[in-house]
Parts: sequence; structure tokens; C-alpha cells
Amino acid sequence: MTTFRLNGRDVTVDVPADTPLLWVIRDEVGLTGTKFGCGIGMCGACTVHIGGRATRSCVTPVSAAEGADITTIEGIDPEGNHPVQQAWRDLQVPQCGYCQSGQIMQAISLLKDYPSPTDEEIDAVMAGSLCRCMTYVRIREAIKKAAANARGDASNG
Amino acid sequence: MIKRIATAIVGIGVAGGVGFLAYAWYPAIAPIAPPPPSSFTAAQIEHGRVLAAGGYCAECHTRTDGKRGIELAGDYKMDTPFGAIFSSNITPDPETGIGRWSEAAFRRAMRKGVSRDGTHLFPAFPFDHFTHMTDQDINDVYAFLMTREPIHSVKRENTVGFPFNIRLEQAGWKLLFLHEGELKYDQSHDAEWNRGAYLAEGLSHCSACHTPRNAMGAEKSSAPYDGAAVDNWIAPPLNAHNPTPEVWTEDEFFKYLRYGSAPLHGSAAGPMSPVVHGGLSEMPESDVHAIAHYLADIDHASSRVSQDPKAIAWAMDASMKDLVGPQTNPNARLYAGACAACHANAGPQPVEGRPELALNNALWLDEPTNLYQVILRGIGTTEGISTVSMPSFYHSLSDADLARLAAYLRATRTTLPPWTDLEKKAAEVRKTLPAPPVASSH
Repeated sequence: MTTFRLNGRDVTVDVPADTPLLWVIRDEVGLTGTKFGCGIGMCGACTVHIGGRATRSCVTPVSAAEGADITTIEGIDPEGNHPVQQAWRDLQVPQCGYCQSGQIMQAISLLKDYPSPTDEEIDAVMAGSLCRCMTYVRIREAIKKAAANARGDASNG
Repeated sequence: MIKRIATAIVGIGVAGGVGFLAYAWYPAIAPIAPPPPSSFTAAQIEHGRVLAAGGYCAECHTRTDGKRGIELAGDYKMDTPFGAIFSSNITPDPETGIGRWSEAAFRRAMRKGVSRDGTHLFPAFPFDHFTHMTDQDINDVYAFLMTREPIHSVKRENTVGFPFNIRLEQAGWKLLFLHEGELKYDQSHDAEWNRGAYLAEGLSHCSACHTPRNAMGAEKSSAPYDGAAVDNWIAPPLNAHNPTPEVWTEDEFFKYLRYGSAPLHGSAAGPMSPVVHGGLSEMPESDVHAIAHYLADIDHASSRVSQDPKAIAWAMDASMKDLVGPQTNPNARLYAGACAACHANAGPQPVEGRPELALNNALWLDEPTNLYQVILRGIGTTEGISTVSMPSFYHSLSDADLARLAAYLRATRTTLPPWTDLEKKAAEVRKTLPAPPVASSH
């Protein structure tokens, strides 16, 4: 038995302790916004927040999330209007979209640590989130736009 | 000098004489009817509970290999150079536990390492530390243990081979290495230091892991707190030999011991995790402050803090190395893809929850053991920083990948000489861990 909070809701699952958290989120709880990419924590598609920090859920055993506060893409804003999601829409970032929930979760975490990130900071933190469609340029722009919006600086975008 | 003479005596075997036997022999202490819980006060039991947490009784008296045992029922497997030792059941079960031990028998075990029946106990049980506790504290631990649920549980047999399995030899060991009795108050230090010394040297027995041991399994008095290999991890030096660029100050020690994370050194993983989260977290905050105060004196923090004011600035530079612009170094790319999302720090200070590897113990120790352990196992929310977790890269990174990462980080995030035999050592650490399932698509 493992118990944690998922998007503000208490969840208890009865699965083997070494089950990957991603499987629990998708198959047990049924939230499928978080994607399976590489399965070895190298692509970022499965990124969720554990204790507010971006974490690769495919290589995190559920037992390592005991008592944790977990947020998935479904939980960042009830209407899908988190400032980062807005920036993503405004700049039409996704192409195929598969990696994008992981990108957004990583970006939110980045902006918490570095509210006005430089290109270098964005590269350093986002390099582990791969996009086969090569939307990297738009991702970087959207992160800066979200940061600018948060500062109330509408001219940058 | 007395010790030296004693060494000679024991060494040449003259100690088999009458005098030694008289010294070595202890009578059994008569068994008692298990005392009813009402014979202890609630305050005593509660104080004993806190002390038992701070002495980590349950850590070594609960089975962890194979199926997890019931707390305090013993059978924890300790691998020693002399063979495996299985800890005893310290629940008050009359047959298999300590239910028939009187308070005096318990006190004798804690002070002298002698079992109720007169048998010498192996120093895997750190009586060489518990001997420094006060009678009152020992009695309160007794009160706590004797009011637990009695669990009938027989431990496995030790595999300590001849001649080390001769219990009488332990008397010789004690003659050489046991400094029996309560710790004396050191007038040259303040009360907080003395409280810290009492806890660190006695109840919490820090040096049991952090001081290397000699051929006879005793802590080397010539190298206190010099660090040692324990349970496939390295217990880092706690003295001035600790190699991290930032000194372990009282504040860093306190944050680490209280909350599981020192911002400028890293978090409490592996065997240190239960020490913090299951042990010291139960102690009064002032006691953890006292331990931190004492340890900061052990490593001479106050005279060292100002020696390297640029350490953080240097680490912040190192942290962003190779992460900006096109990168063709495959090792740097591996780091950027697997680690940097959570570990890159742009400064001016490391972000909380973004552990800075250029400052981290694991990179600065003499061996890559702890780095490998953490990468392979990950760190759960019940360990380290208790709200966040690090994934396990057991299946993501081969031994060759681990070796590349370790060599790369050692070269770019420290100023120390390279580690050697990295791939072989990665395989050795991996061998000690159970394999998690592969997260394949399903």
C-alpha cells in the first residue's frame, strides 16, 4: 500500500512497491496526460512534480513517493489556464504534442527556481526534455513569455 | 602505558591465566518475571522512546533482508569482516527476547557488553558507546523496551568462524578497547558542547560508523571520525579531513541532522536516512543542535570557515559548465540529459531542492561509492529531503555510463584527482542492490 496526494486528492494504491509511479498515475488512477517516452528517465515526457519539483515518474518507484504531494499536467490549473499553458497556446508551441506535458511541467519548475531565466538557464534545465518535432525554439520563447507575463511585462513575447 | 602492557599480555597469550579468567568471567544475573507495564511511569517510557530513537535501536534490531521483520524483534544481518552477526530480539518476549532481563542485567549489557546469562556480547552491539550513558537514560530505554509488544522470534545463527566465535576473547577486546563508564563533563567546554559529546559519543554512537576500525574490529583511536566504509556506503569523515569545498559548519550539520539536507553538502541517503528521519527527528531540537555544535568543534569549523570564501562562486561556475551551447563531448551530453534538469544551478546560490553536485559530499570522497548508490537507488520521499524524490537510474545507465558520468563529474565539478577502476566499482555497487522492474511500455 502506498499513499500520496495527487493533484490535491488523497490516493492509496495497492501495487508492488517497485511499480513505476508513471504506471500508477496512468493505469491505476487513470490520468493519461503524463506520457511514456523512453522509460529510462532520459527524455522528460513523464515529468510530474513531486513536492513541487520536476521528477521523471517512469523511473520513480511508487514507494519513493510515499506521503508525497504529486502534481501532474491535469493538476496545474483546473481550466488548463496556467500561465505557462497560456504562453504555450499563444505561441502554438506543440507540433505532435506528445512531449509537451512533460515540457510544461519542467518549465513550471524552471520558472519557480529562475523566474526570469536566461537562455543559458533554460538550456541547462530543459536539456533533459526531448522533442522529436524540434519545437525547442518555441519552447524557449514560451518560457520567456510566461516569465514576462508573470512580471507583468507584456511587451516581451 | 597500561594499555600497552595489556596488549602485550593479551598478545602473547599469557592472558589465559587465572587473573584474566577472573576479569573475563561474569555470572548470570537471575531471570525475573517480566515486569508489568505498570512498573514504569509514562514519562519514563516516553523519555525512553525518544532515547531509543536517538540511539537507532530499531535500525539494527529489526530484520531488513528478505522479509522485513517486526520492529525490535532482532535478526538484522550485519556483515562484518569476521562473518555475519544477527542481532538479538530486544522485545520483552520471555523466551526469545529480553523479557526476563532485570534492569540491572540490561544496564550491565549496555555498560559492559555482557548478556544476562554472563556471555560476552560482540561489539557489533555498540556497548563501547552506550557505556557512556547515564544510569537514568539506560533505565528509561529499558522502560521503553519492556513495555513493547513481546514478539516471539528466534534469530538466525551467527556465522562468525573460529577463533573469533570464542566469546571469552571479547573480554580481551574490552580490556583493550572499552572505556567503561559515564562520559565525564569537560569543564573546558560549555554545556551545549558537553550535551553534544554525550549524545554523539554515547547514545547516538556517531563514530561507530564514521571512524575506521582496526583489525580487531575496534574503532581506531588514532583516527577518530576519519570516515569509513559501511554497508556498501562510505560514512564520510566528520573531522577536518572531510574533503568538501564548503566546511561542515554547525548550521550545516544541524540542517542535515534535523531535516535530512544540508544545502551546501547534500542530503541524508542510505544508512544516514533512518538516522535522521527515524532517529534524530524524534529528539528535542536542542539535542540535535548540541550534536551539531559538538561535531562542528570536531571538524574545527570555526577556524576553517573563512578559508575558502569563493567555494560557492566556484561551484556555481562549475555547475553550468558544458550546459550552454552546442556540446559534442558525449559525457557532458549524458550529464545534460540525465542529471542537469534537476542539478544545474545558475547561482548565485544553489537553489533549495536542486542539490549542487560541485559541493556534494558524494563527488569529493575518495571513492565513487555514494555517488553510484544514489544514482542507482534514487532517493525516496521518506529519505533525504522529505518532500521530494530522485528517481532510480538502475536501468537507464549501464556500468560504463556510470563510469563516464563519475569520471566527468569528478573532473569538472571537483578539483581532486580522478577516481580509478570506475566501471568495476559501478558493477560492485550494482551487485549489492535489488533490480527494480524495467519500465517498459505495456
